[in-house]
Amino acid sequence: MVAMTTSQSAVVTLPTDTQILVTREFAVPARLVYRAWTEPDLIARWWHANRGEVSSVEVDLRVGGKWRWVMIAEGGFEVAFHGEYLELVPGERLVYTEVLEAPGAGDDKPVTNTVTFTENDGRTTMTAVTDCPSPEVRDAIMSSGMVGGMQDAYDLIEEVAASLA
Amino acid sequence: MPRAATTTDAFNAVAEPRRRQILDALAGGERPVNDLVELLGLGQPQVSKHLRVLREVDLVAVRDEGRQRMYRINGQSLKPIHDWVKAYEQTWNERFEVLDEVLEELKEQENDNGGNDD
Repeated sequence: MVAMTTSQSAVVTLPTDTQILVTREFAVPARLVYRAWTEPDLIARWWHANRGEVSSVEVDLRVGGKWRWVMIAEGGFEVAFHGEYLELVPGERLVYTEVLEAPGAGDDKPVTNTVTFTENDGRTTMTAVTDCPSPEVRDAIMSSGMVGGMQDAYDLIEEVAASLA
Repeated sequence: MPRAATTTDAFNAVAEPRRRQILDALAGGERPVNDLVELLGLGQPQVSKHLRVLREVDLVAVRDEGRQRMYRINGQSLKPIHDWVKAYEQTWNERFEVLDEVLEELKEQENDNGGNDD
């Protein structure tokens, strides 16, 4: 009997100084993981990582199509990402660009995510490679933990504000 | 954000692919310089230069054994890098735990539908 849940943890490694590799196993077939990654109502249910609420998900699921996800982090921060789908192989692979919408962050240097799903005996191993335009961008992403970093920043502001009161 | 000089901390020291190769090689245990020269296919002066950078940030330690200089990894100095990666990993772990619940529900739906909806 295959367990319904995984106790596996995500493994993060840094294959080169411009890449991040995340590997994780899921206890379901690849077509379901692919759906969770590409259907707006499903994305909205997990992308927040318990650090807020996904307020908007737009997905134009075709090569060249655009996507945009917005999250309201705890404390009212709005965090938005957008990008373009470069490659879509249902149940197997998706490649898309990603830009964090932040002051000064233009669309000229997005990161590219290559997400691959490999099914084995009803379970799926996911590998997600993030290719960054420079080591500095890679390090910034790692340091922020993306959304987690925004929350840390918020906590910090709160602490500072409290110390001024 | 501008990058600090290569010798100021472990993060910058390991940004160089050759230095990461050296650390990978030393992960298997202590090695003399000659071993590293052979393994990397670089000249001894270049290898020594990389080792010097790694020593300056305490990523490797060295001792003399007879006429050989033996290098080994200093695990304590790798900890900041390890912690940095772990923090990022934590965000993804939490995200995937929520995803697990969504996936389990999808699987149940599929079973209810006779599993033939793809």
